[in-house]
Amino acid sequence: MNSIRAQFRMQMDSFVLDATFEAPATGVTALFGPSGSGKTTLLRCIAGLERASGALRVNGETWQDETTFVPTHKRPLGYVFQEASLFPHLSVRANLEYGYKRIAPAARTVQFDQVVEWLGLSHLIERGDVTSLSGGERQRVAIGRALLTSPRILLMDEPLSALDTTSKQEILPYLERLHRELNIPVLYVSHALDEVTRLADHLVLLDKGRVIASAALHETLARLDLPIAHFDDAGAVIEATVAEHDEVYSLSRLGFVGGSLWVGKVEQAPGSRVRARVLARDVSIATAMPRGSSISNILGGIIDEISDEGPDKVILRIRIGASHMLLSRITRRSRDQLGLKVGMPVFTQVKSVALM
Amino acid sequence: MFDIDPLDIQSVWLTLKLASVTTLILLCVATPLAWWLAHNRRWYKGPVAAVVALPLVLPPTVLGFYLLLLMGPQGAVGELTAALGLGRLPFSFAGLVVGSVLFSLPFAVQPIQNAFESMGKRPLEVAATLRAGTWDRFVSVALPLARPGILTAVILAFAHTVGEFGVVLMLGGNIPGETRVLSVAIYSHVEAVEYGAAHVLAGGMVLFSFLVLLGLYLSSGKLSKVVK
Repeated sequence: MNSIRAQFRMQMDSFVLDATFEAPATGVTALFGPSGSGKTTLLRCIAGLERASGALRVNGETWQDETTFVPTHKRPLGYVFQEASLFPHLSVRANLEYGYKRIAPAARTVQFDQVVEWLGLSHLIERGDVTSLSGGERQRVAIGRALLTSPRILLMDEPLSALDTTSKQEILPYLERLHRELNIPVLYVSHALDEVTRLADHLVLLDKGRVIASAALHETLARLDLPIAHFDDAGAVIEATVAEHDEVYSLSRLGFVGGSLWVGKVEQAPGSRVRARVLARDVSIATAMPRGSSISNILGGIIDEISDEGPDKVILRIRIGASHMLLSRITRRSRDQLGLKVGMPVFTQVKSVALM
Repeated sequence: MFDIDPLDIQSVWLTLKLASVTTLILLCVATPLAWWLAHNRRWYKGPVAAVVALPLVLPPTVLGFYLLLLMGPQGAVGELTAALGLGRLPFSFAGLVVGSVLFSLPFAVQPIQNAFESMGKRPLEVAATLRAGTWDRFVSVALPLARPGILTAVILAFAHTVGEFGVVLMLGGNIPGETRVLSVAIYSHVEAVEYGAAHVLAGGMVLFSFLVLLGLYLSSGKLSKVVK
């Protein structure tokens, strides 16, 4: 039931959008791909703003098939555009209320005051002129406005890309809380890998109008046959739990099945779930347990796959425990000198871990 | 010297009545037409836009002449109005209204069309994702955003109708209380070498037009922002 099943075909200016995918309608699903890959068009098709031929079922409801096309205003969705697109003729409050008023009180699952407090909008709400807001504030109002329609799915089209770095940092925590607290599934279009690794649970990968992969984030990031593993900032994601804090050295240990990682002390209490990202370029390989190393994170694993990357580099996928993967980018010469082969047990040295 | 002929006062009222009725009708006609022109991509959009703009380039007498033929006893519209028991339109106030509406149509359509086009599709798409249906989007988003364009259309349509002469003369003639509007009255005075009376009307018209325009500009907020 809780799934999105989409299949669209549409002639675009420079390519044919021919996208078929299925994704869970829980958590955050990212539509990820380079610019011009058809991500935004696909999202617009899902919203009914674009009319492609095909079919769409969301949570068991048919929004489009050969005979049906539910118009946008009858689809229970929220949409956040790249630019906030607030109505300039309405005040901040009237913008927020625009969709809210159009939902029958009994059908509202999101309350006005809750959203205002939650997005930190209480000091902005009485502003008459929306053009006086900063870029970040405008986008927060736009997110609030979309949430107040009590959507059963929230579509976001690169909501951060029009913002400067400071405003981005201001919005990201809200997006993460949205994810955790409101329990509304999100479809999130982005071409920024760091945003996607931070927010998404599921990844739909697009290239030239086609879906080339649709799977859980940690699986997709670790697939060497996909272009994403060959980005400069390619890396694996490990879902871990805060295991303990070391007050003396101000460190925290993140535990997961198959190993643990020491990181700079985190705020979260032991037991909290965190997402750690390890870049492929920060992982080196040893065939014997290294001694006298300053690197404290050494994990044993088994080489799962090796893929050539240009004339001098290779990328390795190493299985850690039963369900975790690390990527490691090393030189071709190191591979040959160490005689690395698929199935070999190795030690990975993790130079740095980023918490998402 | 400044005794105003009661017939002239009558023509002043008639002119205001004609301009008001014309402007009202134009708002109702031009707004949907401008919307259609702004959002239509079909091949016949061009021809329709050209027909709407025709009065901009045609001499008013040409328009008046064809309307006279069309609404006359032998014309298609004339036969229709006669069959409906409405009588003939030429040389009547109703005929003037029809002529004025057609003559001022481009002045009302173009500013509104520009306003609809310049707002783009985005605000309407946003409204659709916020559960507003087609009519709701038009009323709650498109019309308020097009307000400056609509106001310009009102000003232009009203002023253009007050200042109209050729169509009125061809179609309405010079019947006091029915079709004798200001411009025709001034023309009659000048023909009769009554320059004094012509001055009163002509000067009054200049002053009135100026005041109306000033008032509308002030209320539109364009000037009021500068004054602040």
